[in-house]
Amino acid sequence: MLDIERWQEIFDTIRKNKLRTFLTGLSVASGIFILVILLGFGQGMQNGIAKEFEEDASNRIVIWSEVTTKEYKGLNPGRRIQLRNENFEYVTKRFSDEIEHQTARIHINNVLISYQQESLGYRVQGVSSGHQFIENQFISQGRYVNYEDEKNTAKVVVISNKIKREVFKGGKSPIGEYLDLSGIKFKIIGVYGDRGSEREEERIFMPITTAQKCFNGADRVGNIQFTLKPAATFEQSVLESNKFSKDVKEYLQKVHTVASDDERAIRFFNTLDEAKRYNNLSKNIQLFFWFVGVCTIIAGVVGVGNIMLIVVKERTREIGIRKALGAKPWSIVGMILHEAIFITAISGFSGLIFSMGLLEILGPHIGVDYILNPSVNFNVALTTVFILILAGAIAGFFPAWRAARIHTIDALRHE
Amino acid sequence: MIEIKNLHKSYKMGSNSLHVLKGINFSVAEGELVAIMGSSGSGKSTLLNILGMLDVLDEGSYNLDGVPIVDLNETKAAQYRNKFLGFIFQSFNLINYKSAMENVALPLYYQKVARKEREEKSIKYLEQVGLKEWAGHLPSELSGGQKQRVAIARAMAAEPKVLLADEPTGALDSKTSYEVMDLIQKINDAGNTILIVTHEPDIADMCKRIVHLKDGVIVEDKKVDQVRASQYV
Repeated sequence: MLDIERWQEIFDTIRKNKLRTFLTGLSVASGIFILVILLGFGQGMQNGIAKEFEEDASNRIVIWSEVTTKEYKGLNPGRRIQLRNENFEYVTKRFSDEIEHQTARIHINNVLISYQQESLGYRVQGVSSGHQFIENQFISQGRYVNYEDEKNTAKVVVISNKIKREVFKGGKSPIGEYLDLSGIKFKIIGVYGDRGSEREEERIFMPITTAQKCFNGADRVGNIQFTLKPAATFEQSVLESNKFSKDVKEYLQKVHTVASDDERAIRFFNTLDEAKRYNNLSKNIQLFFWFVGVCTIIAGVVGVGNIMLIVVKERTREIGIRKALGAKPWSIVGMILHEAIFITAISGFSGLIFSMGLLEILGPHIGVDYILNPSVNFNVALTTVFILILAGAIAGFFPAWRAARIHTIDALRHE
Repeated sequence: MIEIKNLHKSYKMGSNSLHVLKGINFSVAEGELVAIMGSSGSGKSTLLNILGMLDVLDEGSYNLDGVPIVDLNETKAAQYRNKFLGFIFQSFNLINYKSAMENVALPLYYQKVARKEREEKSIKYLEQVGLKEWAGHLPSELSGGQKQRVAIARAMAAEPKVLLADEPTGALDSKTSYEVMDLIQKINDAGNTILIVTHEPDIADMCKRIVHLKDGVIVEDKKVDQVRASQYV
């Protein structure tokens, strides 16, 4: 390989057979190029999906209650189950190690909202301070409801950016203004925003204790929501979240006297299940891209093999001449392989550099949903280049070996 | 220089075999210029291929410059060819993407001569065949006679013991043929041993000895008075 004379001989051959060299190189370079781009977009999709799920806290668990469907301990099915403050408090206390944020939430029905004689059509919900983090909301002005508000059953509300835009025209600050909710005045203390859809911003929040007291809620809660502290890996998070759900369910079923196999009475929604589905989906997409990429590489290998076969056939006479002039069979094989490896290596690496450069430059500018920052693992790409070089060498070896074996006289007669 | 005893060679053609050479005894001394003649199918090209180690013999013995040529594998044959023999072919067999100089330098590459020396030597041999100015040209830019002269320079470049020419004038018109023969005679005058296979009597007459082959045996082996090709040029 370090034989300088051999290198010069090969450079001569390459220089004088530009088209042949170019075509061989092109098939290799395009194979690598397509593979890297495909892998890059597979990764981009996975990134994009991960990003979409970051919008809402992705390990969110919502628990609510409906009616029983199974007879249990002498109780008829069709009984309505109602979650209460004590259920929420018990779960919060017992699982304080696992829980990151918590809130109970109640929806206030039949409330008339107005601001300075103008009536408004928004939903009103009572929540705890943790609700902001569970719904991944941000504060644009003022503050969110907090523990003090809850303790004092303060008559305060938080409105959204959308409501602010629609109600407080002309850039007037809503903070300190009062909303009329079914005849009771509530002071606006903050404006929130939600990264999700517009619908998410059609809600007015107040402390849950206030909601219960002012709107005849007693100690009833509509649902309770938690986010869990994330574990080291995604799989572990899923495991922990499932265990939490199971434990909470057992507790709630016990205190509300619900059969353990009654799936309808106490309901759970776990975003991690959803995330897991998407995670599997994106893994499958990546697998698919791999599959297409590997097929591309195989096509590239076949292409290189084909070209090598033709090149050797075309050079049979030259091989005969070289042998007549004293070339040993192995030096013929060596020369052809050396050339093949050199061309595949150079073009493979150029395809690699070109495609990775393209991903690097264009990747961050791709603004399509579900595709984010497509990139490719450099080691994977490098390995593919080496596989292609190896394949090119093997594909070149057999025809070269055969050509070197045939009798010089036959090679010379070859037209 | 060349010593051949009881040489047999046959080719398998399907189920039956064709006995091409049927016991050839033949020797060539140093400095000879021998023409091997015969009609097509007489076995003259086969004999030359065996002499050139492009083909292997079935039976008999072959000594080249005192070295017995036995158990020839491709690697060994390549070594011997490079060391002992220079080839001149009817169809020139130049490598078409290499310039005249690079073609001449090729056997030196296989002798592991350094690049610079290869170039100097090949220019020297091209000068001998009168093509120094054509050194940078590709074979496609040369005439037939020029191509054959490049091929002769290439055969000479390795400084072989014996030059083997297979119908060297077969693809050339008579004027160019005589030019090539003139060159071959001059090389022979310088002391090189040359064997020429031909079926043209005028070419054979320009050698010093004529061997007639017919149906695989030597029917005639005579020394002749050389006709100088220079008088026709």
